[in-house]
Parts: sequence; structure tokens; C-alpha cells
Amino acid sequence: MSNSTRVEIPDELQGQVAITTLDRIYNWSRRNSMWPLMSGLACCAIEMICTAASRYDFSRFGMEVMRPSPRQADFMLISGTVTKKMVPQLVRLYNQMAEPKYVVAMGACASGGGPFKEGYSVVPGIDKFLPVDVYIPGCPPTPQALLNGLIKLQEKIDGQTIKKDAHWYRKEPTLPIPVPILGPDLIDLRNLPEIKAAATAEIIDTESGLREGSHE
Amino acid sequence: MSDASVITQTQIYEEIFPDWFTPESRSGYEGFIIPAERIQEAAQFLRDDKRYDFLISVTAVDYYPEDCLEVVYHFKRSTGGAPLTLKCILSRESSEIQSLVAVYPGAELQEREVWDLLGVKFTGHPDLRRILTWEGFGGHPLRKDWKEAFYEEEFKPFKSRWPDGKFSRAEDHNPLQDNLNFPQGFDPDKWVADGEQTLYKSMTRVSKLNEDGIESDQIIVNLGPQHPSTHGVFRMAAVLDGETVVDLKPVMGYLHRNHEKIGERNTYLQNMPFTDRLDYICSMSNNFAYALTVEKLLNVKPPERAEYIRVIMAELTRINNHLIAIGFLLNDLGAFFTPVLYALEERELIIDMFEAASGSRMMCNYFRFGGVVRDLPEGMLDHLKKFLTRLPRKVDELDHYLSGSEIVRIRTEGIGILPPLQAIANSASGPLLRASGIPYDLRRADPYSIYDRFDFDVCVRYHGDIYDRFLLRLDEIRQSIRILKQAVRDIPEGPIMTGKPQYQVRVPAGEAYGRVESPKGELGFYVVSNGKANPVRYHVRAPTFINLTSLADMCKGNKIADVVTILGSIDIVLGEVDR
Repeated sequence: MSNSTRVEIPDELQGQVAITTLDRIYNWSRRNSMWPLMSGLACCAIEMICTAASRYDFSRFGMEVMRPSPRQADFMLISGTVTKKMVPQLVRLYNQMAEPKYVVAMGACASGGGPFKEGYSVVPGIDKFLPVDVYIPGCPPTPQALLNGLIKLQEKIDGQTIKKDAHWYRKEPTLPIPVPILGPDLIDLRNLPEIKAAATAEIIDTESGLREGSHE
Repeated sequence: MSDASVITQTQIYEEIFPDWFTPESRSGYEGFIIPAERIQEAAQFLRDDKRYDFLISVTAVDYYPEDCLEVVYHFKRSTGGAPLTLKCILSRESSEIQSLVAVYPGAELQEREVWDLLGVKFTGHPDLRRILTWEGFGGHPLRKDWKEAFYEEEFKPFKSRWPDGKFSRAEDHNPLQDNLNFPQGFDPDKWVADGEQTLYKSMTRVSKLNEDGIESDQIIVNLGPQHPSTHGVFRMAAVLDGETVVDLKPVMGYLHRNHEKIGERNTYLQNMPFTDRLDYICSMSNNFAYALTVEKLLNVKPPERAEYIRVIMAELTRINNHLIAIGFLLNDLGAFFTPVLYALEERELIIDMFEAASGSRMMCNYFRFGGVVRDLPEGMLDHLKKFLTRLPRKVDELDHYLSGSEIVRIRTEGIGILPPLQAIANSASGPLLRASGIPYDLRRADPYSIYDRFDFDVCVRYHGDIYDRFLLRLDEIRQSIRILKQAVRDIPEGPIMTGKPQYQVRVPAGEAYGRVESPKGELGFYVVSNGKANPVRYHVRAPTFINLTSLADMCKGNKIADVVTILGSIDIVLGEVDR
């Protein structure tokens, strides 16, 4: 880390003292130790493991320790299709992670539903629930693409400033994302009025996609 | 091959079966139709008198708008031979049929799946809950009149994409702008979510006095769906007495991606890339099984070179899968990520070859009906030959370091035992069955493709514990290397496709059940065609899903720490379990 400020270092301290901004040293230490949450969801998880293994080895970038516990993880790698049955758990895991935390959507399914978007129990993109920082296209993304995405995340961290972006140092607490519940379909608690309105609306025609048939 | 076996099968039927077994009269269909109320009797008869001791699959077909819901059973003999099909016709309204769990315990999870997705009620089932969706889910999604939220049209290709090409976002047609659909008049405020109450109620817990006169409770512990050892999003709910497992229920559906519903809207060829994503470690085997099934309907046979390429790819897949299975089993034992790195090193070399041939590392999409999509790239066979001289040494290395390890042996020998008869009753297949002493391998028992030409041994081990399953996978890698060496030696030059490649295949009406010995067990596809561009029914008989029936039996009486290893030794992939 070179001297990026205009403060002069006396000759006798050259090579022993470095002067930098708080943002830079803060981001430098964070970006080189990004521990992913170990939560493999689907096919992409296999490519994630390959990226962790010796040939691609993402520990070169500071991601060597995959943490099964959300408390110890810095970012969440959504590696695969998110289903309605799984999304409450993912939201809960995200809420349990300590700030600063990031979300990387790996692959087509996590980004937008992918080939399974039309499926009745698939959430078309994790961004319906969690704030995604980096999207990585591919089905599944190759290890190179995943590495590229993770480097993009590091670049994002590099650009953050404590003053503007570090909301985790503010007084007011960050509210957890309400955990959706499973009804006849997935109930997002933030959209209750809309759900109610949609369910009481008249069915105009069956072609609009409203479900027919019986319910228990 | 298939024609010959069909003929012998019908001959047997005519000779022995009682008159209430009505042979199929529809052309393209096979097997028998029996009255629904006698299914249990029929199953008992098949198992005890005809030695059809193995229930392969239970599924159902909805023939909407006809009032006909057909429950389809496939049976086989654990000594080999062609499968036998039984069908019962139910009405869509009152779809009730006797459960076969009492005769074939392997029906348990499958019947739950048929109930969940098609709404067939199995009377006498010990625990008929939803399995892939959740309690409270609206409707039975595989019924033909059930429409998903992003429903656009019955069949692909959708008119909006072809030929008009005016495509809009699916969200724009939905009142909630999302993949959501609530029943008319649903009030979320009044909804009481099931939570997991139905699951916990199905598990019995008792309080008892121990020898010191202290009352002790059994507790329920959940492992998963977020757990480092569950090989994906799998969950187990275990009742524990101290550290000992008293009861265990697998809970799945966390990766239910609706393969079958999507598959029934797709055209035949469109399903090929979806099969890649079933068992995403072995995409080539999945392609193989699906291609074989549709080829049965089409009645085509791939050319010689394509057959050899298929065998080469299937056996490479087997090696690939077993390397991962062994590596991750050691992970579960606590050798965290060291053995797996060595296994993945070899796997990378295999998927390099897949990438060279198909263009993708994992999702190969390489097989076509009547051949493979393109020829092997230049130099690949030489590359493969070199790899085949390297691999045996690497397998020996794994064997040397792992098989004798004291920790591995203490943790795995005598743990998670599955006795042979239980394995058959539970419809276990693949390494799980063979490690229990049943030498059943479809490549020998009912040879498909050109497997009858190769010289190899069916691996079998007799203790039925985790250690034997581990050793069996090492054995199978060695046998696959043998097959590969012969295939590389004998592969001829020539075409790789029968006929012209077609985007829209014309599949004659009928049904077909095609199966291969995938690395994880018997992978089968049950496809029903009505002669149009899309399948009426597309069912996947997923080996690991059915192998999980045995999980509870293997875990009971063992310690909770061993549950993780027992699960690892079954070698599940959630893409296939949940589909």
C-alpha cells in the first residue's frame, strides 16, 4: 500500500510507516478476507466446490474459509435454484449474518429463475427477497466466471466509503427482512395487501394464468 | 434387444397370469390392467408367486379431459430380466387406491410423491403427507387442469416465441408481478401456516424412566436443509434418545424444480438439457436414459460409433461420480476437504473431456435420439488413453490412503447396515444394493446399448455397511476403466446419428419405460406419448430419491454422528431427489 495522501513521511520513518485513508485500509482488509457462507443449493454448488478446489482455488483472493454458520460469513453465494420451500431458510440465514454482508447470485436460476422460471415452486430470482450485489450469468457459470464475479464484488467493496455506505455503523438498527411463510403459495409478508387484493379480484378470463381447480 | 424381450414377456403373460389381469389392448402400450381394488392382492401374487420381488416405480398419468387417472406400477425380478407393468384406472374425482407399502416398503416415498403431485390417495399408507411441495400447498400440480402462475400455453413452442416472436415478460401477465397464484378469496391474515406440525406429529416421541428413576424425554433434532453435510438442501428430522437415533424422517422438496411439469409442456428434444440438471454430477447418464426411452418409442437404433461414444461417456460419468462420492464421504467423516481435493483433481480431467466433446463442463446435453450431437473432437481418444493409464494409479492411491485408515474403518465398518432382503424390499438400487450382497447391475441384468459386448465384472460386497459401499465404489471405478479400455480399443469409424438431426421428432403414440444403470442406481424415464409434439407424461424414476427410503432403516439404533456418514454413503444428489 503506497502513500496515497499528501502527508509527508520523514526520512527516518520511510519504509516503516505507511499513510493511507481510513476507507482504503478498511476496505483493503475486508476485501481480502471475504468468507462465503457454505450453502450449496443446486448444480452451481458443484462448480462452486470446483472453484474452491485446487485447480481454480479462490483462496488466492481471500475466500478460502467457507463458513457453514451465517454468523461467521461475509457474503452469501446463492449457488442454485431458489425454491419457495427453501427461500424462508435463506432469508433467515441472511438475517442472521452480521453486517457488513453481501449477496452474490450465482447462475441463471439465482439471478432470475433460469430454465426453471416457469416452475410452480421456483422463486424467479433471489432478488425478490435479498439485495443482490453481483449477478453471475451462466448455467452453471464456469469457475472462471465465478472468480470474475467475486473479483467484481471486491471491486464493489473497494468503492465503498464509511461515511456513505457503512450503514452498519449508524445508530438506527437495520431491520431484518421478514421471513416469508408458506401458504397455498409463498406469502411475502411485505406484500400482504397486494396478495389480498389479487385473491379477491374477479377472474376475468382463464387465459390470464389464474389457477383453476380445487384447493384443500 | 428391446423387441426380443417384449416378445418373451408377452409369452410368459399368456401362460401364467390369472384372468383378472387384462393385457393392454392399446397399441404401443404393454403390461396389464387390473381392477384398482385388487392391486394389493396382485402385488402379493407377483412378489410371492412370480418372484417379481422388486417394485421399481409407482407413478400416475392424468388423461384429462377423459375422467381417467391411471396409476402405473413397474416391477422387476432382482435376478434380472425385463420389467413388468401393471396399471389401475381410477376416476379423477375419487382417486383412491390401496397402498402397497405393506407388500413393498419401497413404495413409501413414491406413493407420497404421487399423492402430492397427482392427488391419488393411497389408503393404508402409514404416513401420507406431501413430500415435494409443502403442507397447505394449493392443488396437485401434475394434474393436467392445474395451471402454474406463469402459465402461458399448454405446449411449447409458445406462439409468442414462434413464429411471431413477440415475447413479453411472464411477470407482466400476473396480477402480483411474480410467480405467485393464490386461490380465489384467500385471506393471508387468517392463514395459519402448518409450520412443521404435520411432520412432527408423524414422529412418535416417548418419555420414559431410566434406571436411576429419572424421567427422560426423547427430542427431535433437525439436520438441514442448511447443513454442511447434507449434500445440498436435504433435511432430516431425527428423534433422539440421548445420542441414539430412534426414528428418522427424510424431509425433501427444497430443490423441487418441477422437472415433470415443465417436461410435459416441453417438446421431446427440449427435455434433453433439462435431464442434465437432474443429477447434475452425471449429466451424461441422464441423457443416456432419456435418449434410450424416446428411442424405444421411436424404434430407432443409434449407429455403432454412437453406441461406443455413449458407453465411453457413461463410464467416464460413473468414474466422475464415484470420485465425488468417495471424496465427500470422507468429508462427512471429518477429513475435511483433503481427500476431496485429490478426487476433484481427477474429476477435472474428466470434465475437460466432457467439455471438449460437448462444449460444457457439467451440463453436457450431448445425446440425441438416434445418436449423439457431434463426433468426438480430434485427439480425444488418444487423450483418453493417456488418462486411462494415469487413473488406475490414482485410484490405487485413494485406496491405499483411505481403505486402511484406522479412523475410516472404525467409523464405517458395521455402521448403517442394510440387509439384502431389506434392500430389495426398499427398492434400493445401484451401489447401495450391490454393497448389500445383491449382484444386480442393469448392464448385466437387462443389458441395454452395447453393454453385452464388454468384459467386466458386476461388483458386489456383502456386509452392507458404509465401508463396503465405499469399497464397492472403488471397485466400480476399476471396472469402468476396464470397459473404457475395451471401448477405446474397439470404437469404429462411422456416422454418429441415425437419420437427419431433427428439432421436432415425431414420436408415435405409446408408452416406454427406459432405464440405465446410472452411477447412483437404476435411473428410469417413463414417457407416455399421444403422437403429438409433447409428451403426455414425463416421469423420472430417480434412484437416489428411492434409495432414501432405506435411510431411516439404516440410521435407527446408530448414533446421531453416524447419520451424516450414512447419508454420505447413499450418495444423493438433490437435483434428482427433488426434481
